[in-house]
Amino acid sequence: MSEELLRLNHLSIDYKVKDGYLSAVNDVNCVINKGEVFAIVGESGCGKSTVAHSIMNLLPGGNEEMHGEILFKGKDLRTCSQKEMEAIRGKEIGMIFQNPLDSLNPVYTVGDQMAEAILLDKVDKTEAWNRVLKLFKDVKMPDAEERIKSFPHELSGGMRQRVMIAMMLSRNPELLIADEPTTALDVTIEAQILEIMKELKKTFNTAIMLITHNFGLVAEIADRIGIMYAGEMIESASVYEIFENPKHPYTKLLMAALPRNTKAEGRLQTIDGSVPRITEKKPECRFANRCPYAMEKCFNEDPETVYVSEDHFCRCHLIGKEEK
Amino acid sequence: MLLVICVSFLVFCLMYMMPGDPVDMIVDRKVSAEKKAEIAHELGYDLPFFTQYKNWVVDILHGDFGTSVRYKSPVSELMSARIPYSLKLCGWSLIFELVLALPLGLLCAMKKDGFFDRFTVNFSLFLTAVPAFWLGALFILLFAVKLNWLPISGYQNLENYIMPIAVTVLSGMGGTLRITKTEVLEVFNEKYVTTAYAKGLPKRTVMIKHVLRNALILVTTLVFMSIPWLISGAVVIEKIFGLPGMGNLLLNSIIVQDMPVVQAVLLLIAILTVICNLLSDVIMGILDPRIRLSLTGGDN
Amino acid sequence: MNKNKVKETLNECRKNANFMVGFVILLSVVLVAVFADVIAPYGVNEMHVGGKYDPPSANCWFGTDELGRDLFSRVVYGSRLALWVAFLGGSIQLVIGVVVGLACGFFGKWVDRVLSFMTDLTWCIPGTILALAVVTLIGKGLTNTIIAISLVAWASYARTVRAKTLSLKSMAFVETGKAFGESNASLMFRYILPNVVPSLIVLVSLNLPGTILSTTTLSFLGLGSQPPSPDWGLAISNGIDSINRAPWMSIFPGLALVYTTFGFNLLGEGLRDLLDPHMKSQ
Repeated sequence: MSEELLRLNHLSIDYKVKDGYLSAVNDVNCVINKGEVFAIVGESGCGKSTVAHSIMNLLPGGNEEMHGEILFKGKDLRTCSQKEMEAIRGKEIGMIFQNPLDSLNPVYTVGDQMAEAILLDKVDKTEAWNRVLKLFKDVKMPDAEERIKSFPHELSGGMRQRVMIAMMLSRNPELLIADEPTTALDVTIEAQILEIMKELKKTFNTAIMLITHNFGLVAEIADRIGIMYAGEMIESASVYEIFENPKHPYTKLLMAALPRNTKAEGRLQTIDGSVPRITEKKPECRFANRCPYAMEKCFNEDPETVYVSEDHFCRCHLIGKEEK
Repeated sequence: MLLVICVSFLVFCLMYMMPGDPVDMIVDRKVSAEKKAEIAHELGYDLPFFTQYKNWVVDILHGDFGTSVRYKSPVSELMSARIPYSLKLCGWSLIFELVLALPLGLLCAMKKDGFFDRFTVNFSLFLTAVPAFWLGALFILLFAVKLNWLPISGYQNLENYIMPIAVTVLSGMGGTLRITKTEVLEVFNEKYVTTAYAKGLPKRTVMIKHVLRNALILVTTLVFMSIPWLISGAVVIEKIFGLPGMGNLLLNSIIVQDMPVVQAVLLLIAILTVICNLLSDVIMGILDPRIRLSLTGGDN
Repeated sequence: MNKNKVKETLNECRKNANFMVGFVILLSVVLVAVFADVIAPYGVNEMHVGGKYDPPSANCWFGTDELGRDLFSRVVYGSRLALWVAFLGGSIQLVIGVVVGLACGFFGKWVDRVLSFMTDLTWCIPGTILALAVVTLIGKGLTNTIIAISLVAWASYARTVRAKTLSLKSMAFVETGKAFGESNASLMFRYILPNVVPSLIVLVSLNLPGTILSTTTLSFLGLGSQPPSPDWGLAISNGIDSINRAPWMSIFPGLALVYTTFGFNLLGEGLRDLLDPHMKSQ
């Protein structure tokens, strides 16, 4: 099929906290192929941002403990030195963040901040400036020439996110990690940004790792989906599969909670409870306490990853039994 | 500006409310009551409160701070003779404090919770518990009495300033250092630093262009705010090391109740404080485009 | 349940090294102050205990001063003055700061504007200078100095209380009290004040060392305690005059002073971690 770009192999991340540790990510496996959009979906606090930051080696703090591999083009990024990582960031993997105001330095103009990245490629200043201008036009920035000289606080939220996207695409990375790129924006702006991302994906053939809790966004743009719950990737498949044939009870509940399915009832379905904080490792399904189908086994045994089809896996005792 | 008026008013009230007749301090005890009234009239002490205040302000605007009761010479002369000493002390102290405290604060933030950080922070915490005057005493004891490296007091040579400056810097450094550290740590956690890394910038560039540049904004204000405190600290330092600066003048004048001098020095310090505040605002505006916008009038 | 909570709190206190060390230091200072008569081998102003300027010996542990007084006894008695400074100064600052802060936060409008202006004014003028001005006005002496320092140092309390009051004022339980027709005074002191107390405790312990230091500084400058008071600042000032002959005269009172203020600092840092983890040092 298509060429593999990024593969997470049994990635686990624990934060050391005051008394013990906090398991933020546990045994996550997934693959992103060249040119495709892979969406990671989950509730807030399920570890999806942690995964994204760990790929770039940009986790804050330094009180975390990591296991597993992050293979980018076959190379484990975790073994990279700081220098090698700097060469990969921006050049091969770009990243945009949730809040575009916080993400831009308030004391420099947006053009300066973009040129700063382009200049790393050893181009001369006029060339860099021209590229900034071109990128601004690529992301459909209104009055591009004017806006280059603006400071971040003079732009609207949507414009700032355009700047972020343009900045991260400025060096043509093969993978763009988008951490909740539209969460802080209005719905209308969200649509525009989405449109831009779709178009850019087509023109530059950039793979995108889209992190979101918004299924609408996923349906719109993603090729494949990974569902995360409490630090674990509990199900992954193509968009079509997930929407039409969800296997994991959590995914099923998520699907049921989507507004489109509840026209008749007139009331949105909800999932009781919230994501637990996992502070000790014990064999159990992390969703067991909220799962309507929970069995005794779910509370004492880790569910295994079961492949439903070549491109669809799921971690649930129910599925394992069915298959056998 | 309002601040200056307020302060000048308060300073004047201070003298007006002084217990005792100001004339008593000028003349001999034996002088008769009529003679006293005459002098009071001559000096304008019998005028109503606000007229006196107005006269005082007008005089100051003409550069006339009045006449010292003790030295019988114009206050402005007294002050201009002493300002250079204080300036030397405060200026060098400020420079050394910044040169030492800023890099140390940055280093502490970068190596947070490491041995160096814990040592420096605890040491600075300890220094804040040590009064400057005692530190001064220890310095004199060690470097002047025991080792005989430096002179105990005097104000002619460079050596005379080494200890005063060292003491001022040491006792003021702790606060600057800790604020720099918190400031830098705060900037570390800003999202735009992550963005800078995500762009692929090397660590050094991120540190200098993004972290330091933003931390500087708040550190600058801090520096300007610390100038008045430096001056007030100078009162103590000048007394220990016998430097004939403004602090010493103020102190001696308070002890002998030489009101015109006290008034003038206090007013000068107050005005300096206000100027420092204004300057820090202006520089903030230059460094931070968000504020620049609001300073040039937020209407556009 | 309540017992458990107390136990838990105690445990947490014990785990906080800053708090424990600070607490032990201050406890020792308080004990020395209370039992000064028992501990001190000689009277405060008892002269000719030994010779003049005697170095530390078995008889006079800290040596003697220019009048042949026992320095150890004087340092011991000086602890009373230091604690008196802390107590009186702390109380005055607290009362002014709380009243001004509450009034600012609660009434808002012009009350806030006028009082906040005053707070900012005292805040940006260096304390020592302002205190010097006040002392000029009300005269020398320890109590006057304490008053002067306190009149200058209340601003940080007022600011904290004002900020807390502003955020508490809009909270549901205060609104409820208002709806029940509670008077303003009752709202301020029964609803809002109790919630400010933890921050106030922290603030007091962080501010007290400053108060003690400023007061001893004024004493050092000759404006606070007057001889023959055993004030530590005064003692150091004396000591510097004869630093050639009797260095112990300035060393020991200074050590006592640093010991006490360091204790307060540690206690304050510890309390901040325990009571108010979100509060950052100013």
